[in-house]
Amino acid sequence: MPLFAAAIIVFGLVKRVAVFDEFTAGAKEGFATLYSIAPSVLGLVFAVGLLKTSGAVDVICNFIKPVTDFLGFPGELAPMAMLRPVSGSGSTALLVQVFDDYGPDSFAGRVASVLAGSSETTFYATAMYYGCVKIKNIRHTLIAAIAADLTAAAMSVVTVNLFFY
Amino acid sequence: MLNIVWSFIVVLSIICSICLGNSTGLSSAFIDSAASAVELIITLAGVICLWSGIMRIASKSGLTELFAKIFSPVLRPLFPRLDRNGEAFKYITMNLTANLLGLGNTATPLGLKAMAELQKQNGSDTASDEMVIFVVMNTASMQLLPTMLGSLRQSYGSSSPFEIIVPVWLSSGCALAVALIIALSGNRFSKRLR
Repeated sequence: MPLFAAAIIVFGLVKRVAVFDEFTAGAKEGFATLYSIAPSVLGLVFAVGLLKTSGAVDVICNFIKPVTDFLGFPGELAPMAMLRPVSGSGSTALLVQVFDDYGPDSFAGRVASVLAGSSETTFYATAMYYGCVKIKNIRHTLIAAIAADLTAAAMSVVTVNLFFY
Repeated sequence: MLNIVWSFIVVLSIICSICLGNSTGLSSAFIDSAASAVELIITLAGVICLWSGIMRIASKSGLTELFAKIFSPVLRPLFPRLDRNGEAFKYITMNLTANLLGLGNTATPLGLKAMAELQKQNGSDTASDEMVIFVVMNTASMQLLPTMLGSLRQSYGSSSPFEIIVPVWLSSGCALAVALIIALSGNRFSKRLR
């Protein structure tokens, strides 16, 4: 990671970019992003906190247990997997909670990491891109995108098992 | 979308806690979750701001243009009807390259421009073949170096934050392949119908 950052800075210097000025401008954008996602993160952490302490998560997990057991998918990741296509900041919040509860190097932590790294906020991106050019009939876009998300969820379990266990 | 999901989660939790009889736990979770959300936002602040800063240097230095040249031959067969030197294809390659490099802030405006260019050639309210492929590639987008993910893993005490990188590539590669196969066969199928 530090090497990657150094490479970018050196490349910037070679291309005569005002590196520190751009860095601070970017960090400012980062704060702006944070400022805009903070309320939804708070709302979703709140909702998921309720979901966990109320025991509703266990109810849901038991409900879908046959499916998750069959796939070897950790039940505790079900809320994150379900929120992933809808909200980027929300699923990041859940990812961090998985790290907090089980540790990033646990089975659940690794699967959550791979899932977060290999899927996108499908519904948000689809709505944004088609919405901006007023497309109403999106044909088979959503089928393909959801198939990709399910593949990512299944593959995150498969690859973690393959590489670490 | 989130309006429904969020209210569903909250109402479901409250009903569950009443049925399971632990409403005292719920009232403490009410307050605790707000506090832990703020904690989380502060943890995210460092990671997001740092990488936004570094990634802004990357996008200002023309890294996207450089890599777009490399990837354009790979993307060419997916968009056979587009003009090789046209604006639409240029924005598509730039957007997908920026995504691959993890430059989210750069990618989104380029993607919107790409859609606008594609819409000029399409001119109806039904998505064209190219749009389907482009949007699908965006929803299954690959990232070469998931810096944000690595940083988060590190800040939560992972012993090797980037051990998950090969699994991430494999998993997103498969997801992308599945998405493209469905998108391309859907395009071919609807052409036959016409």
